[in-house]
Amino acid sequence: MQRQAVRPIRFLRRFCILPAQTKGSGNGKKSSSLSISEQDYKKVAKKHEPSRPILANCIKAFFVGGFICIIGQAIQEAFKAGFDMTSKEAASPTVAVMILISVILTCLGVYDKIAQWAGAGTAVPVTGFANSMCSAALEHRAEGLVLGVGANMFKLAGSVIVFGVVAAFIIGIIYAFLGFGGGHL
Amino acid sequence: MKLVGRQTWQFENRPRIIGRAAVVGPEEGAGPLSADFDYVYDNLEIGEKTWEKGERKLLEQATQLALINANITKEELQFFIGGDLLNQIISSSFSARKLGAPYLGVFGACSTSMESLALASLIVDSGAGEYVLAGTVSHNCTVEKQFRYPTEYGSQKPPYAQYTVTGSGCGVVSRSGDGPVITRATIGRVMDLGIKDPFNMGAAMAPAAADTIVSHFRDTGLEPGYYDLIVTGDLASVGLPITKELLQKEGIPMEQTTFNDCGLMIYDREKQPFVVAGGSGCGCSATVTYGHILNRMQKGDLKRVLVVATGALLSPISYQQGESIPCIAHAVAIEKEA
Repeated sequence: MQRQAVRPIRFLRRFCILPAQTKGSGNGKKSSSLSISEQDYKKVAKKHEPSRPILANCIKAFFVGGFICIIGQAIQEAFKAGFDMTSKEAASPTVAVMILISVILTCLGVYDKIAQWAGAGTAVPVTGFANSMCSAALEHRAEGLVLGVGANMFKLAGSVIVFGVVAAFIIGIIYAFLGFGGGHL
Repeated sequence: MKLVGRQTWQFENRPRIIGRAAVVGPEEGAGPLSADFDYVYDNLEIGEKTWEKGERKLLEQATQLALINANITKEELQFFIGGDLLNQIISSSFSARKLGAPYLGVFGACSTSMESLALASLIVDSGAGEYVLAGTVSHNCTVEKQFRYPTEYGSQKPPYAQYTVTGSGCGVVSRSGDGPVITRATIGRVMDLGIKDPFNMGAAMAPAAADTIVSHFRDTGLEPGYYDLIVTGDLASVGLPITKELLQKEGIPMEQTTFNDCGLMIYDREKQPFVVAGGSGCGCSATVTYGHILNRMQKGDLKRVLVVATGALLSPISYQQGESIPCIAHAVAIEKEA
C-alpha cells in the first residue's frame, strides 16, 4: 500500500513536476568550513544591510512626483490658453509633450540619474512609463529594429499594460453586475 | 604541484606572472587607482557601437598588452584561459578567436579572475604548458543589460547595490622569466546561505569568501599574518564586514594583516556616490590585482598577498524563479621572490 502511494510522487519528481527532495536551498554543515547555520547567517546579513531611507524617499517622491504634475498642468494650461482648447482636448497633447520630455531626458542619460535621487517620484507619472519604454528600446537597438527594439520595448512596461488591462476588466465586471466601481470622465 | 589539505594546490615549480595588463573604463580611471592601469578609456562605449563589442575590445587590448609586457608573441602563447559574465562567455571566446591560441573558457562569475589564474598556474607548474595567459573582463552596461535593467532605466538602487567595473585584467604565467611567484591556490566550493536579493551580492558572497579563507589557512597551516595583504574580490561595504564577522566566529585572526576588498579600493565612494556600496564584476578583482596590487609588489610595498576572488553564480532566470544565490570564492597566493 505504502509503495503504491509513493510511486506517483516519485514519478512527478522524476519529471521535475515536484521539486527534488532536498532539505533547504543552502549547503549543509558537513560540506562547509563554516559553523554558522542558514538561519543565523540571515540574521548576521540583515544586521549589516543598510536600510533604505524610506521616509526621505517618500518625501522626495511626493515633491518630485508633484513637481512633474505641476509641469504637466502648466503645459495643459498653455494648450488651453494658446490653442483655445477645452481641458479634455488639451489632455492628449499634454501627455504627448510629457512623454517627449521624458524620452529626451532618457536619451541624454539624465533620467536615470534623477530617478536614483527621486525614487518613485519619477517612476509613477507617465514620464516613468515613457522612460521604461525608451530605455529598453535604446538598450536593445544593437540587436536590430525587429528582434531588438520591437521585441524588447515592452520588456518593462509590458507588465504594467497586462495588469492594467486585467484590473480594468475586473472593475468592469464589478460595474456591470453590481453597478458600482465604474466612473465616467 | 601537490595537494595540501583538502582543496589547496601548492605550486613547487614556481610559476610566475611574467607579464600583465589592466585596461579600464572612465569611472575606474577617475578612481584612486587610476595610475596603476595600463590604459584608461575616456568613454564607456570603448569606441565601439555596442556595449558587448566594447567589452570584447577591453579584453583584446588587455591580452595584447599582457603579451607585450611579457615579451612573448602570440605564437609562443600556448593556452589562453578566459571567462566573463556574459551569457555563453562571448567576450572571452570571441577574443580567443582573434588571439588564435588554444583556449579554455571558464565561468566562475566574478571569481573567474582567480579561477583562470589558478588553472594557468596549474598548467605551467605541471609542465603542460610554457606560457599560459589568464584573463577576464566585465563591462558595467553589458552586465546591467543582462542581469538587471536597461542602463537608462530610472530605478532607484538600494543602498547595498554595487557597481560593475568596466575593465579587463590579464596575466601571462610562465616558469621562466621575472615576476611575482604564484605559490598556492585554494579552490572554493559553492556556498549558499539563502540570500535571494540579486542586489545584495556582498551578503550573498560573504560566506563563500569566509569558507575559502578558512579552508586556505586550515589546509596550509599558515596564519593571516603570513600575508601582508588579503583582499577579497568584490564584497564591497556590506559583504566585507560580514566576512570579517564570520571569520572572527571561526577564530581566524584577520587582525594580524591588512584585510581589504577590491570593490572598495577601485572607487572613491564619497566622490563617486553612484557606485553605492562599491565595485563588482570579474573586472574588479582582475584590474585591481593585475594593476594595483602587482604594481605595489613590484615596488616592494608588499611581499605576500592572498587574493580571494568572489563570484555569485546566479542567472537572471534563477533569481526570477525565486532561487537563492549560490556563490564561490577562489584564493590565489602571490609572493615576491626573496
